[in-house]
Parts: sequence; structure tokens; C-alpha cells
Amino acid sequence: MSTATIVSLPDQSTARIPRMNFMSKEKGLLSWLLTGDHKRIAMLYLVSITFFFFIGGAMAGLIRLELLTPQSDLMATDTYNKVFSMHGIVMIFFFLVPSVPATIGNFLIPIMIGAKDLALPKINLLSWYLYMAAGMLGLYAMATGGVDTGWTFTTPLSTHYLNTNVITTGLAIFIAGFSSIFTGLNFIVTIHKMRCPGMTWFRLPLFVWSNYAASILMVLGTPVLAITLVLVVLERTAGIGVFDPAKGGDPLLFQHLFWFYSHPAVYIMILPGMGVISETVSTFSRKRVFGYTAVAFSSVAIAVFGFFVWAHHMFIMGISNYSMLVFSLLTMLVAVPSAIKIFNWAFTLYKGSITFETPMLYSFGFMGLFTIGGLTGVFLASSGTDIHLTETYFIVAHFHFVMVGGMLMAFLAGVHFWWPKMTGRMYPEKISQLAALVTFIGFNFTFFPQFILGTLGMPRRYATYPPEFQVLNVFSTAGATILGVGYLLPILYLTWSLKYGEIAGDNPWQATGLEWQIQSPPLTENFPAIPIMDHEAYDYEWLEGQKEKVASV
Amino acid sequence: MQHDKDFESIEEHEHHHHVVPPRIYITILLALLVGTAATVGASYIDLGPLNPVIALAIAATKMILVVLFFMHVKYSTKLTKLTVGAGLFTFLILVGMTLSDYWTRAWGRW
Repeated sequence: MSTATIVSLPDQSTARIPRMNFMSKEKGLLSWLLTGDHKRIAMLYLVSITFFFFIGGAMAGLIRLELLTPQSDLMATDTYNKVFSMHGIVMIFFFLVPSVPATIGNFLIPIMIGAKDLALPKINLLSWYLYMAAGMLGLYAMATGGVDTGWTFTTPLSTHYLNTNVITTGLAIFIAGFSSIFTGLNFIVTIHKMRCPGMTWFRLPLFVWSNYAASILMVLGTPVLAITLVLVVLERTAGIGVFDPAKGGDPLLFQHLFWFYSHPAVYIMILPGMGVISETVSTFSRKRVFGYTAVAFSSVAIAVFGFFVWAHHMFIMGISNYSMLVFSLLTMLVAVPSAIKIFNWAFTLYKGSITFETPMLYSFGFMGLFTIGGLTGVFLASSGTDIHLTETYFIVAHFHFVMVGGMLMAFLAGVHFWWPKMTGRMYPEKISQLAALVTFIGFNFTFFPQFILGTLGMPRRYATYPPEFQVLNVFSTAGATILGVGYLLPILYLTWSLKYGEIAGDNPWQATGLEWQIQSPPLTENFPAIPIMDHEAYDYEWLEGQKEKVASV
Repeated sequence: MQHDKDFESIEEHEHHHHVVPPRIYITILLALLVGTAATVGASYIDLGPLNPVIALAIAATKMILVVLFFMHVKYSTKLTKLTVGAGLFTFLILVGMTLSDYWTRAWGRW
């Protein structure tokens, strides 16, 4: 690995963490629990989602252990159903949806646009409390018997045939939805109303654009999920019949409503991650993002197209053939803005001065794995292929390439990239580069075999499988162990770095964003005076000019 | 008249609050009550396939009145109007594209 680095730290013998910062301003538990500061709420979120990530991860470990052998020997098949259902529910609603927006986005969006805080600080805190209430209700449902509908709550299974905690879990997701709506609403209002003087829309960092696009999806899509879950609850308790053919309803209507949110939800999860990649690729190539405007608008395009494709989840469920044709074509359209992003990042790298710090390693992981995940999505969009591959492990591999290979890599890239800004200290570079590598290797070992298993016809959601699939399943489980190590390492060394990491200084990466021009960790008010944006985003010449100015003074 | 309008929009911009006279609220309330009565009345008349169409048309009209007057969208900025429009647009996609499945499900194979 290249030893070249752009990291520039202050002299460690004299450097100190600034005495006044958002963490030191007030002490005590209450000062955190009643805070309106977006940075503190981001930290609360970071700790909470990490907790839920490890719960979801433990479930994933149990699934892979069970699938080590063809028979159901570690747990009963009913238990297996509950474990994979809770794995999906926890990972999607309590980790992936809030992952980047509520932590990194919460911390950085106000700073990136030159504002003191989000527009609605109390709503921001309320969103964290709702998230925690939802999470606790979800855990309660899990502890008191769990739910075995899968994360999709498909009717009539969820309404007629199961006696597990469908209602409690549904309500937990209902509440989590409001938390997500509040975050999105806050971002939209803040980005529209609180940009500093000179911060025009086309000077915004691309991270802000992609979070804005995701926020639109959160605000417009999530209410549909909430209503749908309420309908499931009413169907179970009062038998209203909306999804019951015996009473004139239609079970497929549930899937239309559910996927109307849950497909855009994929973009709620991935768009903020793409924003992270735009920032890291530019910083570690020392170049302005190629085709800034195209990348910015591709986020919005993904958000808009995201609402037109949902029925590709239902090709084998009995929807109209004509509808299938339309949704199949529309789905392929999403590949266009996604490809615009990938190509523009590649062109940003071209002739750039590339260095390989940890955030960049994770970003490379994202670009490769997301491309595979995205392209297999095009296979699945063509209905003929989908009929063969849907409900097999091919689907499982496809969305894990997007969500884990893509989104989780982007999240880790972001956490490492902004760790010095959030905490004022650097993470240890060598071991974190190793962790990025371990994650990448472990990921491919875990999920690549699942593509093959899927094409061979191994169905998802079963605790047992024919013995001829065992070799690939053992590969997958072995890979999951490596992946687990890859995720444990950051927890250990990031915690270590809180006390022992090197002092980062204001701008360890020599990056151009407004967040890097202020102290680390920032002041509660972010800026000593309202900043004025007088240059384009990713303007490295401007940064050089600033340095010369400081040197000449 | 033009002058008044300009003055009003400046005023609106500065205070962000438009004072709606009670007369308008009462008119809208009455209109909503009439709508409710019409819905109940329509449920006694069998219009065949038009039954849901009539009920939904009355409901949509009432919704528009609430959004425009009670929720002050009529007196709000263009940005607010656009936001409300985005919600309606998304809702139309949901309904329209879901119906595209129901309309064509019985057509068989293409």
C-alpha cells in the first residue's frame, strides 16, 4: 500500500483539544438527554444505532451458523423464522435508515451550509426519543416471543396465519417512521432556509444534496408505510378486510402500499452513503468532483425515479403482465443516475493525486460492491430473469451487496473521515486500513457464494437446504466470521482513539468543506461568526490560497 | 387593487402570518358540513360504479378546502405550495400506478 498521505496533523507535543467545544460546554447526563445541539444528538444517534447494529449483527451470526449445515440443528425452524425477521427489521429500520442521515448528516449538514444548528432543534431531539422508544418496543417484541413475518409483513401471512408479536413490532416500526420523517423534515427546512451568505444551491457539498434527496423520500414515502402498518393492525384486531379477499379486499394491495415506501427506502438508505463517497473521493484525489451538477441532479433523479419502480418486488405475486412490463422498464431507468454517479467518481479519480487512507479504502469498497449490487439489480429488473431468481439467495446477495457492501462501507468511510472532526482525535491509521481490507474480504466471502447459490435455486428464508449446497454455505458462514472481525475492529480502535488518538487539528485531510475550516471538535455554535461562502465546493486552489494567506500573516 | 395586493405580499413576507377573517373560517366550516351531509345523502342513492367516484369527489373537495384555508396554504409562499403539491403528486403516483395493475390484471398475457 502506498505510504503517501495527505494527513497533516499539528505538532503533537504542543497540540491540545480546544478547551471550549460542544462536548465540554456542559457536563452531566441531563445536558445530553435534553440537548438541542445537532452535534450532541448526532452522537446520541451514533451510539444508539451502533447498539442496534450489533443486535442485528448477532442475528446475522445466528442465521449463518444455522446454515452451516443442511439440517435445522442449531434452532427450531420457527425460531429461525423469527431470527431472520428480526435481523431484517433491526438492520433496516433501526440501523440503515437512520445510519448516515441521523448521525453524520445530523452532525455535518448545519456546519456544511454554514448554519448554527438545524432549523428545528427540539424536533431533532424528539426524533431521537421516538427512535429509542421504537427500538425499545421492537426489542420488547423480540424478547416476548418475536415476530416471524419477515421484515415485509406480507399479508395474508401477517394478518391471518400468525400469532406472534405482529402488532407490537408493527407499532415499533410505525414510531420509528415518525423519527425518520422528523429527521427528513428538519433537513429540508434547514437546507432551504439556513444556508449562510454566498452558499448557493450549486455551492453545496454533494453530501448535502444527497441527504436532501433522501429527506424528500423520507417525508413523502414514510407516511404510506405508517398507514399500511396501521391497516395491518386494524386487519388483525378488527378484521376490516382491506387485505382480505373474503371481504372484497386484496392481499396484493398490501404489497403495493408496502413497497411504495420500501423501495424508495432503499434509496433513503443508499443516497446519504453516496454523498459520503462524493466527499471522500474528492478529498483523497485532490480534485473537484467531476460533473458536480450531474452528480447533484442524479441524487434528485434517483429520489424521483424511486417512486415509480416498486412493483418489481411483486413480479411473481400475480400482478398484471402489462403492469409488470411497465415497472420492468421503469426499474432499469434507475440504473442511469446510479451509473452517472459511479462514472463521475471514476472520472474524479482520473489524473487525481490519489492517496489510500482508510475512508478512501472503504470508498473503493463501496464503488466496486455497489456496482455489482446495482448491476445484478438490472438482471432482476428484467421480469424473465426475475421469475427464475426471485425468492432465491440471488436476491439476498443482490441487496446485501447494495446495503452492506455499499451502504455499510459508505457509513464506515464517513465515520472514519469525520471522526477527527467529531472527536478532535485521529483513529489509528494502519489498523483501520487493515479493518477496511478485512471487511472487504469477509464481505465477498460471505455474499458472493450466495449469488451462485441463488442461480442454483436455493430458496431464501429456510433453515434447511439440500446437502449439495453445503460447500457454498460453509464458504458464506466462514466469510461472515471474517466480516464480523472487520466490524468489531473499528469499535475497539475508535473507542481507544477517544483517549489515545493523535490530536487531529482543524483540517487533517486538507479538505475544502466549511466543516474543516473550524476547530475540532466544533464549538456548540459551530462558527464564531456567520461564515461567508466565497468559493465553489471542492475548490482546492482556494484552500491553497488560504494557507498562503495564513503563512504570510 | 394592484397596489393593495403588493402591499399585502410584502406584509406577508415580513410577518409570515396572514390574518384570516372569521367569516372565511365559518364559510369553510359550513361548506365542510354540507359536504358531509352530501356524502351521507349520496350513500342512500345507488349509482352503481359511480358510488365510490361521488364519495371520493366530495371527500377530495373537502380536503382541498381544509388544505387551502384551514391550513393557510392559499396564503403561503410558493415554496409551501410546491411542498404540498409534491405530496399530492406522490399520492397520485401511488394511486395511479397501483390502479394500472388492477385495470390490466384481467387482460391476460401480452
